[in-house]
Amino acid sequence: MPEPLISAERVPAGVGEPALAVTDLWKVFGPRADRVVGTPLADLSRADLMAQTGCVAAVRDISFTVAPTEVFVVMGLSGSGKSTLVRCLTRLVEPTSGTVLVEGEDLRGADAKRLRDLRRHRFAMVFQHFGLLPHRRVLDNIAYGLEIRGVSRTERYRRAGEVLDLVGLTGHADHFPDQLSGGMQQRVGLGRALAVDPRILFFDEPFSALDPLIRRDMQNEVLRLHHEVGKTMIFITHDLHEALRLGDRILIMRDGAAVQIGRPDEVVGAPADDYVRDFVADVPKSHVLTIRWVMRPVRDDDPLDGPELGADVVVRDAVRAVLSSSAPVKVVHDGELVGMVDDEAILRVIVAEEQ
Amino acid sequence: MTALAGTAASVRRRAGGLTRGWLVGGVVAVWVLLWIPLRGRDTLALSTSELSPLHERLNDLRDAINNTRGSSPVFSAFFDVIRESVDALTVFLQSLISQPAYGRPVPLIGWLGVVAVATFGAYAVGNLRVAALTAAGFTSFGLLGFWQQSMDTLALTLAAVLICLAIGIPLGIWAGLSDRLNRVLTPVLDFMQTMPTFVYLAPLTLFFLIGPASGVIATLIYAMPPVIRITAHGIRSVAPSSVEAGTSLGATRWQLLRSVRVPLAKRTIVLGINQTVMCALSMVTIAALIDAPGLGQVVLRALQTLDVGTAFSAGLAIVIMAIVLDRVTTAARDRVETQYRMGPRARGRRRVVLAGLGVLTAVALYLSYTYVWAAFFPGPERGGAVGGEVADGVTRASDWVQLNLGAVTDAVRNAISYGLLNPLQSLIADSPWYLVSAVVLAIAWIVAGPRIVPTAAVCLGLLVGSGLWQEAMVTLAATLVATVIVMALGVVVGVWMGRSDRADGLIRPTLDAAQVMPAFVYLVPFLGLFGASRFTAIVAAVVFAAPVAIKLVADGIRGVPATVVEAAVSSGSSAWQVITKVQLPLARQSVTLAANQGLIYVLSMVVVGGLVGAGALGYLVVAGFSQSDLYGKGLAAGLAVVLLGVLLDRTTQAAARRLDAGAAHRGLRKGKDS
Ligand SMILES: Nc1ncnc2c1ncn2[C@@H]1O[C@H](COP(=O)(O)OP(=O)(O)OP(=O)(O)O)[C@@H](O)[C@H]1O
Ligand SMILES: [Mg+2]
Repeated sequence: MPEPLISAERVPAGVGEPALAVTDLWKVFGPRADRVVGTPLADLSRADLMAQTGCVAAVRDISFTVAPTEVFVVMGLSGSGKSTLVRCLTRLVEPTSGTVLVEGEDLRGADAKRLRDLRRHRFAMVFQHFGLLPHRRVLDNIAYGLEIRGVSRTERYRRAGEVLDLVGLTGHADHFPDQLSGGMQQRVGLGRALAVDPRILFFDEPFSALDPLIRRDMQNEVLRLHHEVGKTMIFITHDLHEALRLGDRILIMRDGAAVQIGRPDEVVGAPADDYVRDFVADVPKSHVLTIRWVMRPVRDDDPLDGPELGADVVVRDAVRAVLSSSAPVKVVHDGELVGMVDDEAILRVIVAEEQ
Repeated sequence: MTALAGTAASVRRRAGGLTRGWLVGGVVAVWVLLWIPLRGRDTLALSTSELSPLHERLNDLRDAINNTRGSSPVFSAFFDVIRESVDALTVFLQSLISQPAYGRPVPLIGWLGVVAVATFGAYAVGNLRVAALTAAGFTSFGLLGFWQQSMDTLALTLAAVLICLAIGIPLGIWAGLSDRLNRVLTPVLDFMQTMPTFVYLAPLTLFFLIGPASGVIATLIYAMPPVIRITAHGIRSVAPSSVEAGTSLGATRWQLLRSVRVPLAKRTIVLGINQTVMCALSMVTIAALIDAPGLGQVVLRALQTLDVGTAFSAGLAIVIMAIVLDRVTTAARDRVETQYRMGPRARGRRRVVLAGLGVLTAVALYLSYTYVWAAFFPGPERGGAVGGEVADGVTRASDWVQLNLGAVTDAVRNAISYGLLNPLQSLIADSPWYLVSAVVLAIAWIVAGPRIVPTAAVCLGLLVGSGLWQEAMVTLAATLVATVIVMALGVVVGVWMGRSDRADGLIRPTLDAAQVMPAFVYLVPFLGLFGASRFTAIVAAVVFAAPVAIKLVADGIRGVPATVVEAAVSSGSSAWQVITKVQLPLARQSVTLAANQGLIYVLSMVVVGGLVGAGALGYLVVAGFSQSDLYGKGLAAGLAVVLLGVLLDRTTQAAARRLDAGAAHRGLRKGKDS
């Protein structure tokens, strides 16, 4: 039996100071880009803005927060501004306006030295095209971040060796990047990011260049790592399945702007507009929706002798329990009865999927 | 679809080309008609010893500069400082390997030491093969009897290369990082590279006197651009993703440069070094004209006395040095790749060999410092062990050829002289200057568009002002004839290479090798075949320029999309039709570029041909070096060469750009079709 796309336990803790808080973030590329935000130009659509000023609003007015240890996924079609957004969060691209707080610290206020410090210790990034250094061995690639920091050779090789095992590359330390398959190269990229022991990991479509089987492998790897090391992760993808599998929450972007932010089941169950609806149309809903989304209010005449299920149980996992019971299933959240699920509700989801 | 559209577009452009061709034909026809009555009038001829006021003023200028040299702060604070530092380095290197120094009758390092150090160095930067080649090559300098001259050439080349790299690599890296610097630098480098090598020798001597220092400085000007350009290109082409990855980990600019940019660009940078070394060697030999010591001097003197044998064996030494330097620097480039991949065991083995060679080298150095047999290259005083025989053999062969094959070589020479060169020269040089100017402007307009006209007019005006109009026209005629032959060769061989991998594999290495040779060397064999005449210069120019043209055409033909060719073949075109209707028209831009490069190369060589009786501007340039009265005239002749060069270069480049614009249109349409 294939595992569910998301499992119920991984809903974010959501306590304490956010790992990342983004407010009103803009990035405009082009001539005199700073003259766009805060003027009527900012209200133009991307195409009109381009026609009038030659500027591209790659990120428009985006706000969100990410809780510690949360996996926050940003998704959208090609050109929607995902890469730009994630680069603004590390200032690889300088934001045009807005604020970015990293664990409460204003990132845009950081001077060059502080920024370097943050990059060296606080966050790390994994790239779509790996960005490995072809003239260095795998071990030296993984140790690169530590080397930049000035860690001694023995110490950084020790640490890199550990990470090598962690990302499943034991025995490949002396290979060169071009001697590895794409999947293995990305493990190196992942290892390089993990080696500096960052608190926040950014992934820019790390698996897009890999074929589907390897991609699935690598997704499992990320899930496993997240489980083991518990980092905050910002994960960019244009693959909805990937988003649903990995994300605690998902931000959907379109033409630079945020269309919807929500948990996977929210995005599938209550798409914000037609763009999102189209996006999620092909998703097997029973794998994503929790029974919270299919339950109905409790009626007075409901028999209460049926089995109980948590509100966060995914529909597919509830099918057997619901269908095998003659009475409707009681949906419980925090010990309270919040709704009922009967055969019909379940079948509606399953049948909709078959069509 | 795409393929058909491409062919159709090319046909349409061919139609445009045809009308343009008719227009040019019409202009030429009118010219010939006007030439008949106007012939010999207003040709602005000036006999060799006559000076125009400009030439006299240039002479005065030289005298004035010479007089102020001692007192002017510009000299003591600037030119003299440069000259003296360059001189110090050069003299130091010479005293190491070529000239008696430090109270010794011999240089510090004798031949044995030099061979050992060179071999060791070749192994250290390259591999065992090039080390062996180096040992053999260096030994042959002595065997040919030119040990000391070879070492002078090597010392000057090394001095120039060291300075080039010390300035060029940092500058190139900087230009790779800064768009602004790159924008400023590009036109300067363009200018430095299009100027015929010969030409800036004379003005340089004004400021830096004649001698080794000027030779090295001239070499700097010529050899510095490649390493700057190629280094900048290498730094620019480093994958942005690697740089970004470094930045995201918090690397400083310096760390990025050191651990990402430079290592990834290293191979390219070494290629730049290779180019610079080859250019330097080539220029150091030519700098013999301003008294730079070395093999170039031997060749020059032999050329002037028509001593083909000696010219040949000294030329051979130059060729050997070129091959050794090229192979070693190429091997160094390849090592960049293998070096970091070497496993620990291979690395250990290499260290052992290096250490062994190092010990041997140290011993050889000691011996060559201490013992006469290891200091002086053994063998007869003149001609070395085999040099004399080589020279004699070549002289005999040349005499034999001129005696027995005289009929053949004369026939070739006469065919080209009477069939092509004389009519053209008479048409160009015997027309009144205003007629030629009008024709040049008209043709430039037709092939390159109206925007070229002002530039062309300025060049022509200055040519008239130079007082050397007729000489310039004679040189132009020779240049055009040689270029026509170059282009004929270029198209025929280029198309062949472009269409056949086997031909390409066969010919390309020869062309690569030919491009490595210093310009000077080309004169020698043709002097042997054809004696001293302008024809020799033309043939040498053709051989000098053909490799570039052939390669450009071949690459253009290769660049024609396979689908287009397939479409043409599948619609039943014959090979001839494919070539003339598809491949050549689509490769037109490359062909034009080949013509451009061909012209520049030919021009620089036709001028060098002044040494072997080519006459006209080349002769005046050379005469300016040796005859004090003609200094100003020689300077003006150099200027005239530059003007011709600018005129030809700008026009052909503009013509190429025009085709380029046409190609861009086609590309657009193609994009929509597919
Ligand atoms: N350096 C830049 N200069 C100008 N425009 C840019 C630059 N970088 C990105 N853009 C523009 O910003 C928009 C968003 O680009 P971005 O790369 O962020 O999209 P993306 O969502 O990551 O797309 P993909 O899935 O293809 O990676 C695009 O229209 C792009 O053309
Ligand atoms: Mg992207």
